[in-house]
Amino acid sequence: MSTVLEVRDLTKRFGGIHAVDGVSFEVNEGEILGIIGPNGSGKSTLFNCILGQLRPTSGEVKLDGRAVTGMRPCDLNRLGVSRTFQLLQVFPELTVRENLILAAQEHKGTMLTRLFGARDAGLSGDADRMIEFFRLAHVAQNKAGALSYGQQKLLDAAMAFMAGPRLVLLDEPAGGVNLTMLANLRERLEAINREEGATFVVIEHNMEFVMQLCSRILVLAEGRIIAQGDPATVRSNPQVIEAYLGH
Amino acid sequence: MSDFLQLLIAGLATGGIYALVAIGFTLLWQTSQTINFAQGEFVMLPAFFMLMAMSAFGVPFWGAVVIGIIVSALVLGVLFKRVLVDPMLRHGVLPLAIATMALALFMKESVKDFYSAEAQPFPPLAADTNISIFGATVALQSLIVVAIAVAAVIALQFFLNRTRTGRQMQATAQNPNVARILGIPVERMILLAFVINAVLAALASALVTPIYLAKFSNGEYLGMAAFIAAIVGGFNQVRGAIVGGLLLGVIDNFAAAYLSAQYRAAIPLLLLIIVIIFRPQGLVGRVEERTV
Amino acid sequence: MSARHLFGAVALALIIAALLAAPFGLKPYGIYILTLWAVTTIAAIGLNLTLGYAGQVSLAQGAFVGIGAYVAALLTTKGWPLGAAYLIAGVSCFGIGWLLGYPALRVQHHYLAFVTLAFSTLVYLIFRNEEWLTGGIYGISNVPRPSLFGYALSRPRDFYYFCLANLALVSLAAWWLIRSPWGRAFVALRENPLRALSLGVDTRRYTLMAFALGAGLGGISGVLYAPLVQYIDPTPFALLLSLNLLLMVVVGGSGYFFGPFVGAIVAVLLPEWLQGVDNAYWLFGPYADTARSVLPPTALKYVAKHYLVAYAIFVMVLLVFSPGGIIGFFERRFAKTRTVVPQAAPAEAKAVS
Repeated sequence: MSTVLEVRDLTKRFGGIHAVDGVSFEVNEGEILGIIGPNGSGKSTLFNCILGQLRPTSGEVKLDGRAVTGMRPCDLNRLGVSRTFQLLQVFPELTVRENLILAAQEHKGTMLTRLFGARDAGLSGDADRMIEFFRLAHVAQNKAGALSYGQQKLLDAAMAFMAGPRLVLLDEPAGGVNLTMLANLRERLEAINREEGATFVVIEHNMEFVMQLCSRILVLAEGRIIAQGDPATVRSNPQVIEAYLGH
Repeated sequence: MSDFLQLLIAGLATGGIYALVAIGFTLLWQTSQTINFAQGEFVMLPAFFMLMAMSAFGVPFWGAVVIGIIVSALVLGVLFKRVLVDPMLRHGVLPLAIATMALALFMKESVKDFYSAEAQPFPPLAADTNISIFGATVALQSLIVVAIAVAAVIALQFFLNRTRTGRQMQATAQNPNVARILGIPVERMILLAFVINAVLAALASALVTPIYLAKFSNGEYLGMAAFIAAIVGGFNQVRGAIVGGLLLGVIDNFAAAYLSAQYRAAIPLLLLIIVIIFRPQGLVGRVEERTV
Repeated sequence: MSARHLFGAVALALIIAALLAAPFGLKPYGIYILTLWAVTTIAAIGLNLTLGYAGQVSLAQGAFVGIGAYVAALLTTKGWPLGAAYLIAGVSCFGIGWLLGYPALRVQHHYLAFVTLAFSTLVYLIFRNEEWLTGGIYGISNVPRPSLFGYALSRPRDFYYFCLANLALVSLAAWWLIRSPWGRAFVALRENPLRALSLGVDTRRYTLMAFALGAGLGGISGVLYAPLVQYIDPTPFALLLSLNLLLMVVVGGSGYFFGPFVGAIVAVLLPEWLQGVDNAYWLFGPYADTARSVLPPTALKYVAKHYLVAYAIFVMVLLVFSPGGIIGFFERRFAKTRTVVPQAAPAEAKAVS
């Protein structure tokens, strides 16, 4: 099993505050890694540093052994890393299908071939597959802004998977989703992990969601990892309990 | 030396007027993201209100000035906000900006068609005498303009910094959303900003029209000057408008004295270009973090 | 084809027929104005690409029209064919537009407006002061009309069709662009640059491209403007032109394909029409007399005399009732009713892009 993502001694300082403080971990192919921690523990900052949205103060990020620290998000995406956002960010004026095509079109060909080639960049088939898989067929023709919140969450996830990524970072995918949709979402994520062998890293607050979905969990507090392991171990770790209760 | 002083004071006089116009412009932007392309016309029009008060109603000059300011506050402040700005604020900066472009055309052409296309004389604030200061001959008019502009700016700063309403307005200008949460009556503050803009523009009108005479086309030049002054000084601070206005006035005056007309007109534009390239936030402005 | 598409296609066909037939019913001045509309629309299409689709505020479009016009004027008065002007103006405006896009990467929104404003001003100053190059305030006169394959296009009607053909080509190219993946990327850039980045959209390159393409079209517009008016001086290319083009894009409908066409009608044709509105009873055909009693000539004469006031009122009222412009108004009216889920405000992609 190869290491897809390697984070080494990642630190991000804002003035005197160490939002992320010397974090190191690895993610293996096919894993679903969960990152949890109380508010302000640095989870989102960690994500943003990995994804190139923020430049880390120090430390390294490697994708399949290749150094990608501080690379622009669009370049990283084209190497096979995609993400979903905590605050829903689909393109409301484009249809569901258009959103999906957009999500992968930059991976096809060059700027010029994209200008003179097919309108859908050859992605209609893939888009339809995604629509089927995430059970959005009945709203596929609608503008994304017309979908319900839960449906938009599914679309957001679908967009992350469109380009067949190596690694997907999901930022609070369960946020604001009702229980039925949540079960649906979790089941779809597990399915895609099984079928495509996609590797995930998930930030979540919803404990039950994380414990059921993830095979391994990291706990962050004040920018540092305070525990690692499978769900049961982490759950009963006294330091973890204190980190949550102590705040 | 006396030449220098003369030009400096005349420049400060013009600059003071620019500052008054630029302050209102900046306030509108800060509180409500309104770019008022009709700002120049806002300075052109009140003089006509004042002229009408004098000729149609026989009001003496100072009374007419006061009436002009009040009418401006109502029409260019309250009415402008209610009729044009309020319906469009939600829809972003551009549509409203374009609407003010149309407003400028409307005001200009209305004055031209319905009042007069000819320049009308406008009474000066002081007798046409000169005073000697350190050997320089300075027009009394210039000194009065500087005095009034300075007084207005001081009064405004006092209002903004020392009164409760003024501080609430500053809060609204810096961050309307947070201000709203804090319980500040943001809508009223925005309305107040529009009224202040109208009052300052009317005051500037009374100060500048004696020089250029009342003409429908005055707005073009003044609007551009206000815009440049606001940007050069710093678009997100009232202080910026003051600094920008004074600087522009002084530079413009010196340029007029030493350069040919063709190059003189280019100086404010060059100033604009230099500031935008090397210091886009303006001389006094803060680097903006607030997302628009 | 849905009813809506059918209606649109028929309407388009009628409009194209009208445009082709128009010069036969118009005096030379009328043909000139219509040609001006066609030429201006090209510049507006360019600005609509930059601003309406890619969301980049540009106050420099007028400058690019000016550059195109001066290039064409300088070349054709020295005997070069107009085709050379196309190439040189198109390429140089594209290149300069690309460079102008760099500040766009570092600053946003109103600061970008300032930068493009400064550029516009600089270009105008060069036009006005560099007499050795541009003739300064005296300008360049006797700009010849072009000829196509030996056929001279100097008559108003011939040149009109030439410009119309140019507009048609530009429209087709713009249509193709907007429907292509580039168009989708531009919309992503406008709506949510941060999200676009995370999907692999190289926002930097697309921003520069948006500027370059818009500028290039501005240049092409200028290349046609020079032989149209046949005398080029700096005055038409002051900031006012950029502002007017902005007005066209917004009033027509920013980000809609037909927006620039309609916007140019409003800015170029409407003031002209208003001047003659008191003679417009012929539009009612056989009902002209009824029309005359309902809308008395005195009222219309008043409007015609104060046509600029009327025009300004029209624009203000339109924008108050439909900030999305004319096409935006029709979009909203005929769109299927839908609920829009509130979106999180997209963050600004400044950090590491």
